[in-house]
Amino acid sequence: MSAPNKSYDPVEVEALKPEEIERMRDEALAAFAAADSLGALQEAKVAHTGGTSPLSLANREIGALPPQAKAEAGKRVGMARGAVSKALAARQSELEAERDARVLVEEAVDVTLPYDRTPAGARHPLTTLSERIEDVFVAMGYEVAEGPEVEAEWFNFDALNIGPDHPARGMQDTFFVEGPKGRETESNVVLRTHTSPVQVRSMLDREPPVYVICPGRVYRSDELDATHTPVFMQVELLAVDEGLTMSDLKGTLDHMVQALFGEGMKTRLRPNFFPFTEPSAEMDMVCYVCRGESVGNPDRPCRTCSSEGWIELGGCGMVNPKVLTAAGIDPEKYSGFAFGFGIERMLMFRHNVEDMRDMVEGDIRFTRPFGMEI
Amino acid sequence: MRIPLSWLREYVDLPATETGRDLQEKLVATGLEVETVEQLGAGLKGPLVVGQVLTIEELEGFKKPIRFCTVDVGRANGTGEPQEIVCGARNFAVGDKVVVVLPGAVLPGDFAIAARKTYGKTSHGMICSGDELGMGDDGSGGIIVLPPEHEVGTDAIELLQLVDEVLDIAVTANRGDCLSLRGVAREAAIAYGLPLRDPALLDVPAPNANGYPVRISEPAGCDRFTARTVTGLNPEARSPIWLRRRLQKAGMRPISLAVDITNYVMLELGQPLHAYDRSLVQGAIGVRRAEQGEKFTTLDGAKRVLDAEDLVITDDRGPIGLAGVMGGANTEIADHDADAGTTDVVIEAAHFDPVSIARTARRHKLSSEASKRFERGVDPQAASAAAQRTVDLLVLLAGGTADPGVTEVIAPSAPHTITLPADHPDKVAGVTYGRETVVRRLQQVGCDVYGQDNLTVTVPSWRPDLVEPNDLAEEVIRLEGYENLPSTLPRPPAGRGLTERQRLHRRVGRALAGAGYVEALNYPFISDETLGKLGIEQDDPRRTTVKLVNPLSDEEPALRTTMLPGLLEALRRNDGRGSHDLALFETGLVFRPTGDEPQAVRLPVDRRPTDEEIAGLDAALPRQPRHAAVVLTGAREQAGWWGNGRPADWADAVEAARTIAREAGVELIVRGDQHAPWHPGRCAALFAVVDGAETLVGHAGELHPRVIKALHLPERSCAMEIDLDLVERAGTGALQAPRISTFPVATQDVALVVDASVPAADVEKALREGAGELLESLRLFDVFTGEQLGEGRKSLAYALRFRATDRTLTVDEASAARDAAVALAAERTGAVLRGA
Repeated sequence: MSAPNKSYDPVEVEALKPEEIERMRDEALAAFAAADSLGALQEAKVAHTGGTSPLSLANREIGALPPQAKAEAGKRVGMARGAVSKALAARQSELEAERDARVLVEEAVDVTLPYDRTPAGARHPLTTLSERIEDVFVAMGYEVAEGPEVEAEWFNFDALNIGPDHPARGMQDTFFVEGPKGRETESNVVLRTHTSPVQVRSMLDREPPVYVICPGRVYRSDELDATHTPVFMQVELLAVDEGLTMSDLKGTLDHMVQALFGEGMKTRLRPNFFPFTEPSAEMDMVCYVCRGESVGNPDRPCRTCSSEGWIELGGCGMVNPKVLTAAGIDPEKYSGFAFGFGIERMLMFRHNVEDMRDMVEGDIRFTRPFGMEI
Repeated sequence: MRIPLSWLREYVDLPATETGRDLQEKLVATGLEVETVEQLGAGLKGPLVVGQVLTIEELEGFKKPIRFCTVDVGRANGTGEPQEIVCGARNFAVGDKVVVVLPGAVLPGDFAIAARKTYGKTSHGMICSGDELGMGDDGSGGIIVLPPEHEVGTDAIELLQLVDEVLDIAVTANRGDCLSLRGVAREAAIAYGLPLRDPALLDVPAPNANGYPVRISEPAGCDRFTARTVTGLNPEARSPIWLRRRLQKAGMRPISLAVDITNYVMLELGQPLHAYDRSLVQGAIGVRRAEQGEKFTTLDGAKRVLDAEDLVITDDRGPIGLAGVMGGANTEIADHDADAGTTDVVIEAAHFDPVSIARTARRHKLSSEASKRFERGVDPQAASAAAQRTVDLLVLLAGGTADPGVTEVIAPSAPHTITLPADHPDKVAGVTYGRETVVRRLQQVGCDVYGQDNLTVTVPSWRPDLVEPNDLAEEVIRLEGYENLPSTLPRPPAGRGLTERQRLHRRVGRALAGAGYVEALNYPFISDETLGKLGIEQDDPRRTTVKLVNPLSDEEPALRTTMLPGLLEALRRNDGRGSHDLALFETGLVFRPTGDEPQAVRLPVDRRPTDEEIAGLDAALPRQPRHAAVVLTGAREQAGWWGNGRPADWADAVEAARTIAREAGVELIVRGDQHAPWHPGRCAALFAVVDGAETLVGHAGELHPRVIKALHLPERSCAMEIDLDLVERAGTGALQAPRISTFPVATQDVALVVDASVPAADVEKALREGAGELLESLRLFDVFTGEQLGEGRKSLAYALRFRATDRTLTVDEASAARDAAVALAAERTGAVLRGA
């Protein structure tokens, strides 16, 4: 450690005079305040806090002072440097904030620009509607069952109590599959006219109880027009268990329309005739749009149900015991119910589709808006 | 079946205020599908009266003949003076009674009548045709000429029964009884709890030996035949207005009195009848099966070649009727206009086997009012009453004399009985009706019921559809009201949700839609020609198709063996409609017969078929695998403010297959291939490991330019088709979670030069194997060809990422792994490290 310089006279050190320190400080503060850019501030920073800045030089002078003067001068210079550095930091962040604000403004884009770089795909509404119906029943414990579309007549007709002379087997409804040469009409194979053969297969495959939902494509030889298509989607349901009743059928239908169309929906059964069910019924659901309020109310006509109040869904009934017998289930012990309906019609009234051809032509303008789920 | 309400009221005393719509509601609830209620004469307002034509002046100089008439309408016009009327019809003469509508009246269709100037005269009203009055076709072809007995000035609205309601009922196949007023009246009576006046309850004389001889040689086809004779009919007699009007309202055209009467009785009782001109029948009437190839001309003039299963009515010469379907031209009743009108008739009221009639009607494409009823079931017990009713009407209206001879040939039969527990309907419905209600309802439909806990039920002859206990349960439940069934839910056993396969199918659909594909559901009908245009060779299994006997279009008689024809058609249709950037997909069954499928056997239905029998049926069916396919054209990515777009190409098609495979947890192996309908240089064969063996599962790529031209597709269209069933089988089950190392990654890039013909997949496979387990991932980031590499060479640049699970790799370790990878690639594919 060097010995203190006894000959030091603080008065003679010009740079350490209090007024001088204040001046240096004030000049620095003024320079910072005057800096209008980060560049100018950088220059001012070098000039006023750099190694050759007046305050730094003054600081260096402190070492030369006698010990008794060092403390005071050190304090004075330290305070000034502190104020300068604080002002610098404040101005620095002020200017940075200004710069950031400016740059972000410059970087702004038009967020309303459209973006259709990869157009969205979609699933067909018949597929998704079918799945939605399946899910209602899967949630109740049903299985989804599937089967072949080219089907033996025994499964499509005979086992369902549609005997050889039933009109439904005639040429007007059914597509028949050609047999080998010379026996073209004797294959006894058809394009299934309903998904009921899947019901029969389900009963043959399983021990009762059987609770299945059978969705799928079916075929009837109608010409395509606004309300008919020769290839369409059906959903059928079959429940076989001990003690099943027509009230269970009614409750199941009510549950379905509530799940698909909302609370308060209900169904109506009207007596009808089908070979595979006995008793049989036609099932209607309350119009989900007008809820029946358009009936007899010409001021509020309803397009969806033609002001009938009800929408026809399909057929249903208690499984004919003969069908159970053909499928190896004892009709003395078990009973069952079944229903079936076409999805196309439901899609039409649920989504206001006016022309069935829109569903079969594959036009992307029709399908795309339906997206992934329905 | 059309039911005029006024006619129905003859058999049931419905409350006078009850409208057709009220009745409709009741009948629908108990099971008759009343489709419409037609309001006849709605808006009709008089004066509409009987008039007599006094004078006719033919007006000249008009484009069509016009008559100026004066008509006596009595005091109906207030003056008693003759009414001056201009008329364009010509089927009337001076002195004829006609129907006159006077000014102030309104005809159906809101047609207001006023005096008006026409053809230079003033017409004060109109002489009416049946059409103008909303009566339907009366066969007159002009204005109505009334029988002379009706007095001038009589109200014609009442006379012609112009105001009525008609219920149109769609009768189901099991309810033949409701193809009659009698049957519908019974349903109405039950619905209202009112008694029925059964029109079949008639006094019928006992059969005797003096009737027209009938010989039935086919009792299985005809278990009942009643023959009655009426002689001395007045051939000039015409059907009275009430009879004609009822037929018209029921939808039948009046023809001649005898025919009208048989039709009337059929409508009333449901029993089809036939009247033969007795002078034309030679010898005994017989019932037998036709001889194969026998020829016969029916009433409609059609010459028919009969089948050995057809049932015919014969006389000594041969067939005189196709039993239960249509009579013969050779014994037709001659109407009153003919030279020699019929004076003596033989009435046939018979009962035929429904199946036999149905087959004959179908075989000859001849559905008649008679066959419709016999097919659905006719009350055999009503035959003699129907014959009696016909005789009565012929005597009453045609002045005939009933011959005392009554022929009835009846095969013995017992009424059908059903035994069932009294609570069976309760069990079917899930409702406690109680024995009393069950018995009462069954009695209402005409059953005789005996027994307490077990009921023995004899069903009425008019309900042959009641065969099983459930049929009776339905009767009880429908009459108690389907609308009164409670709503209960069964409790199925706990479910397992969708199967893996069903989940996969949904995932595939979502994944493709997520990748921008739009689902199209196409008909599976195709033509062999289209398969040819796809370049698929004759010996390709895709050319072996399932064919339909009765296709919708003869052009497309086959079922798809590939998804592409339908999808490409949808692509073309969209393109034609102005959507040019397209990515479509479809999943569904294709049909792949071997061509050697055996005939499906007809199995019995009175027991469960054996497993062998079921397998036999399944063997008769073609293989029906589920396929997924995509087609693409135009831009896969659109150009826009962000920059350029990108056209869809072969790689998108291959990627669609990978998208599907990923959903199944399957890694596809891709190899170059040449396969129709793809471009031979841009076709990928797709393989997966199925049951331990590498298996071809599909193809993808750009379509062959020839195919694009032949099918008029947009240039460079691409496609992919894959067998989803095989992909599903290739799935490896639950995914094993990867171990995630948190140590730093070591990255090494290599560029390898190989022959242009070396597939990148081979190089990649070698690199992966050679790099060993330190390799975390590998990615081809560039493919380069250029002069500096030399002709027929290409450079493949890969980024390799190495990472260890337990330590930070050293540069040496990573380099060693890379060198091993390159060494194996060099060995297998001749790859040379670029720049080395």
